[in-house]
Amino acid sequence: MSVRLSVISQVEQVAKEQKKKLAPLSDDLVLLDSGLDSLCFAIIVARLEDALGIDPFSTAEDAGFPVTLGDLIRFYEEAGK
Amino acid sequence: MSSLWDSVGDAGRLPERVLWGAAASVTLGDLVHGSSLGGRLGELRGRSVLVATSDQLTAALALIELDGIARRLVLCPPDLPSEHVPFVKTAAAVDALVSDWDAPESGSEGIGSFVRCSPRLTPATSKRDEQHETEWILLTSGTTGQPKLVVHTLLSLTAAIRGGRTSATPTVWSTFYDIRRYGGLQIFLRALLGGGSLVLSSLQESMGDFLIRAGAHGVTHISGTPSHWRRALMSPSAHRISPQYVRLSGEIADQAILNHLRGFYPQARIVHAFASTEAGVAFDVGDGLAGFPASLIGEKSVGIEMKVEDGSLRIRSARTAERYLGSHGETLADRDGFVDTGDMVELRADRYYFVGRRGGIINVGGLKVHPEEVEAVINGHPKVRMSLVRTRKNAITGALVVADVVLKAEPDSGAGPPAALEREILQLCHQALPRHKVPAAITFVPDLTVAASGKVVRHRA
Repeated sequence: MSVRLSVISQVEQVAKEQKKKLAPLSDDLVLLDSGLDSLCFAIIVARLEDALGIDPFSTAEDAGFPVTLGDLIRFYEEAGK
Repeated sequence: MSSLWDSVGDAGRLPERVLWGAAASVTLGDLVHGSSLGGRLGELRGRSVLVATSDQLTAALALIELDGIARRLVLCPPDLPSEHVPFVKTAAAVDALVSDWDAPESGSEGIGSFVRCSPRLTPATSKRDEQHETEWILLTSGTTGQPKLVVHTLLSLTAAIRGGRTSATPTVWSTFYDIRRYGGLQIFLRALLGGGSLVLSSLQESMGDFLIRAGAHGVTHISGTPSHWRRALMSPSAHRISPQYVRLSGEIADQAILNHLRGFYPQARIVHAFASTEAGVAFDVGDGLAGFPASLIGEKSVGIEMKVEDGSLRIRSARTAERYLGSHGETLADRDGFVDTGDMVELRADRYYFVGRRGGIINVGGLKVHPEEVEAVINGHPKVRMSLVRTRKNAITGALVVADVVLKAEPDSGAGPPAALEREILQLCHQALPRHKVPAAITFVPDLTVAASGKVVRHRA
C-alpha cells in the first residue's frame, strides 16, 4: 500500500472507531476542520508508525507541523524516503 | 507477648504438623526439640541478624528459632540485588548472617558472625532465654533504586491473625508467595499460629510441579496474587489442588479473576484481601465481588480505621508497620498515624473500587488513566487470560494507552483471527471506558513477566 493510501485508510478507520464525522477528504482539507480531535491524531500517528515504521512527528526537527491532509501525506512521504 | 517459638508450641498437635519445602520437610514436633542452627542460637542473642537463605524452608526454621532471641531479624528476599546488600547491612546495623550457604557469599564480608542453617536438625543445646521483642525487618522494592526497610514486630504482623479460631480439621496452607515477603509471611504465620501445616513454594520449581506437590500434601488453604492465580489457571495441573479457601492479595483482584476462580474451584471460599507491607492487613472481602463495601470506610469496630483522602486509601491500625530504617527521615505514617497506601480508589454506588497506583498514572493529553482500570475491562473478555496496559510515547498527546494481552489457551478453537478478537476487545473497552482510556493498539503476547513478588512487572516510562 502506498504511503498516501496508508494515511487515508488510517484517517478513515480511526474516524470510524472514534465515531467522528469526517469531512470529505481532499488534499487541501485543513486537518483541524476534518472532524478529528487530537486523540484521533495521536492514534493515527501511532498506527502509522506501526504500519510504516516511521514517526515524522517525533523525528522531524525543523519541518513545520502539517496543516492540511496533503501536508500530512507529504510529511510521511518525505520521512519515508 | 510470647515469641513465635512459644506460640507454635501453644497451637498444639505438633507431631502431625509439617513444613514442606521443595527438597526437604520438617515436622513441628521435631523442630521444638531441635535446632536448625547447629546449636549456635546463643551466638545470635541480641544481634541484628540478616536471614539470607536460598531455600524458604531454612528461612522458616531460622525465623521460628530466632524470634525472641535476636534483636532484629532482617528478611532477605531471594531476588535482592547484591548491590543493595551493603545498604541493607548498614541501615539495619546487621552484625550476624544466617544462611544455608556453605560459606558467606561475597558481598557479605564484615557482617560478623556467620551461622549456617539447615533442615537437618540437631539436638537443641542452649536454653532459650528470650529477652527481646524482636524487630522484623521486611524489604519492599521501591520502584527504582534501594529497597525500603520496613519495621514490624511479631505483634503487628499477627494482629490480623490472633483471635481467629483454630480450625477443628487440620488446615494445610500454601502460598505462591515467598514467605520473606509480607503476603507470604502472613500465610506462614497463619499456618503456625492457627495449628496448620504449610507447603512452601520454590523458585526452582515450575507452577505445574508446585501445584502437583501442593495437591499431594492435601492443601486446603492457598494464597497468591491475581497474577499468580492467572498463571495457575493456565497450568494443566490447576485441577491437582482442590482448596476450600482461595485467597488473593497484593494486586487488584478484578471481577474476571474472581469469576474464573469461582468457576474452577466451585467448592472454595474465594477471598480477596487488601494488605501492604507498610499498612499491614486491612480487610478481607468474601462476597465474590471486586472492590469493597463503602461501609468499611470510617468503621472503627474491627480494630482498624480507614479513610479516603485525595483519592487514596489510608489506614490506621495496630497492624501497620512502625517505621522505616535508613530512610533519611521519610515517614511511614502521617501525624495521626494513618498510612497512605498510594492505592487509588473510586466510589461507585455503595462500593469502592481500586483503580491503580498513584505513581502509575498515564497522562493522555492531560487526562489521567490508571493502567489497572483498563486491564480490568480487557480481562473481562472471555478469551483473555491477563493483560498489561502501558504507556506509549506520542508526539500529539504526550502519551497513549496500549495493551499487551495474553489469551487463554483454547485447545478446541483455532483462536480465530486476531483482528476480529482485537475489535471485540476494543469494543468492550469503548463500552466501558472514556475514549482516552481505550488502548490505541493491542498486541497479543504469549506471556507477561511476573516478578518474584508475584506482581506483573510494570515498566515506568
